[in-house]
Amino acid sequence: MAEAQAPGLLGGRLSVAAAARFAAPIGLVVVFAVFFIATPDFLTTDNISDLLVSAAILLVLAMGQQMVVTVAGIDLSVGSNLPWAAAVLGYAYTHGWGLAVSVVLALLAALMVGVVNGLLVARLNMTDFIVTLGSLSVVSGFTLLLTSGNTVAVNSGFLRGLAINGIGPVRWFWVLAFLVAVLVGFVLFRTRTGTYLLSTGGNIDAARGAGIHVDRIRLIAYASSGLACGIAAVLFVARTGGADPSLQTDLLLSSIAAVVLGGSSLFGGKASVLGSVAGALLLQSLINGFTLVNISQYYQPVAVGGVVLGAAFISRFQK
Amino acid sequence: MTDTPARTAGDPSPSGSAAPADPPLVEISGLRKSFGAVQALRGVDLTLAAGEVTALLGDNGAGKSTLVRCLTGVHPPDAGEIRFRGEPIRLGSPDDARQLGIETVYQTLGLIEDLAVWQNLYLNRELTSGFGPFRVLDKKSMISQSKDILSRLDVDVPNVRATVRRMSGGQRQSIAIARAANWGETLVIMDEPTAALGVRETAAVEALIRRLRDAEVTVLLVSHDMAQVLRVADTAYVLRRGQTAARRAVTDTTGDELVGLITGAVEGTAHA
Repeated sequence: MAEAQAPGLLGGRLSVAAAARFAAPIGLVVVFAVFFIATPDFLTTDNISDLLVSAAILLVLAMGQQMVVTVAGIDLSVGSNLPWAAAVLGYAYTHGWGLAVSVVLALLAALMVGVVNGLLVARLNMTDFIVTLGSLSVVSGFTLLLTSGNTVAVNSGFLRGLAINGIGPVRWFWVLAFLVAVLVGFVLFRTRTGTYLLSTGGNIDAARGAGIHVDRIRLIAYASSGLACGIAAVLFVARTGGADPSLQTDLLLSSIAAVVLGGSSLFGGKASVLGSVAGALLLQSLINGFTLVNISQYYQPVAVGGVVLGAAFISRFQK
Repeated sequence: MTDTPARTAGDPSPSGSAAPADPPLVEISGLRKSFGAVQALRGVDLTLAAGEVTALLGDNGAGKSTLVRCLTGVHPPDAGEIRFRGEPIRLGSPDDARQLGIETVYQTLGLIEDLAVWQNLYLNRELTSGFGPFRVLDKKSMISQSKDILSRLDVDVPNVRATVRRMSGGQRQSIAIARAANWGETLVIMDEPTAALGVRETAAVEALIRRLRDAEVTVLLVSHDMAQVLRVADTAYVLRRGQTAARRAVTDTTGDELVGLITGAVEGTAHA
């Protein structure tokens, strides 16, 4: 899916540039090797199966973030959009609106946040960073207002089955995450819209000059990220059995980190879906392994942040 | 076609009496454009003959860029007329110009560095196959036709799958020109195409412009380089302070005269 790259021209830089491009897969292998040596519990069928299930949520979020990063934007509202959609799901479900309606409402609620972000960034030309930082706060407030700050339990056999079951050893979560990743890869690299997303991120003036409706393209990117938050929220509720309005702000950093680790440029125009998938798996493996070897969970944010800084350092050599 | 006195040069009045020939591709008369108190264009007259390379000369601030932007629909003119194949037209947006087959190569080139050469050649004109929402990029066709486009114009780009980032300045300029020439069915406008290039790359781009002329593409070339104008153009227009100062057939003029016309040292016979 990634574009074909000729081998590096400068011999000395070759290894570093290659390391930058494949930071996430290389890191993934290293993390697997380290935890495999550290504990016999890591590389077991059960643990890997669970690891992939927890990675699915991050992966879906990262796919949305990938769309926004491709157009040289950033979506910080992810951190509160997921709890918001989860709360909408919980609210609707506990008010007896049925699961199907509740899920659709959750997806729409998350999509709406993305559309508003997109309109503010693309139409009103406001700075993406500030817009999504603002909506991060606004949306978290909405969530607290909706739930009065209480966790909403969602007792749905269907959702529980979604989290636990699958086709044979293949869990439903993997299937969903895989489909989302394939869809994003398809859109980015096989359709006109994808070319427009990459062009808008790569050189917005040139894209506009070529007659591409860059406003619409940026709106599509932010809306996609919103929708991805909605899908991730459904998975989250399925996995935890409820909606906690104060949950999971570390998913925000992780979703950006996965994309950066994957080799996409934060300046836009360069996307790697496979890289972002590897990035998400890498971060989730870190957290999983830390838990297994009994390292205090307080070290997890340190490790995640360290990996992100490392990726940023390596990407300096990417050219 | 009957006798076409196209570029037998030296004939200062193409709209001459008896010839019932086709109207020129573009005829601009009395074009005016102001930005607030600044009068960028104060009555420009200019004719682009089909299949010729017309050079546009002038000092900084003479109005060259504004004129180009009027022709590409970026700035609608305040007054005056633009006739296209004899018909008066209004260019309200770049899309209008593009629809008439007018393509422009700006100094910024408008290429997307991280996309492949073929993607840039087909930017916003992608070929697709399939139906409805499942329309998929037809990469194979675009890649093979990109090779054709470039080889037809003898542009030296070894691999159309490589990203533009890997190309030299001359290659980039050539790709941008090839793209404009491929889609610009009627007129290709180039804004100082060799300003940022070295000697050898400049020669390659000039050769490309000559090939466009051989292929009877109409070109408007904005340039600062007198020698270049004499090498590749058929006709030269000189703008001075927002007005047409002179029109010269390239065979009838010299670099010194053109410089004089630009600076005002030589009095132009305006409204040629």
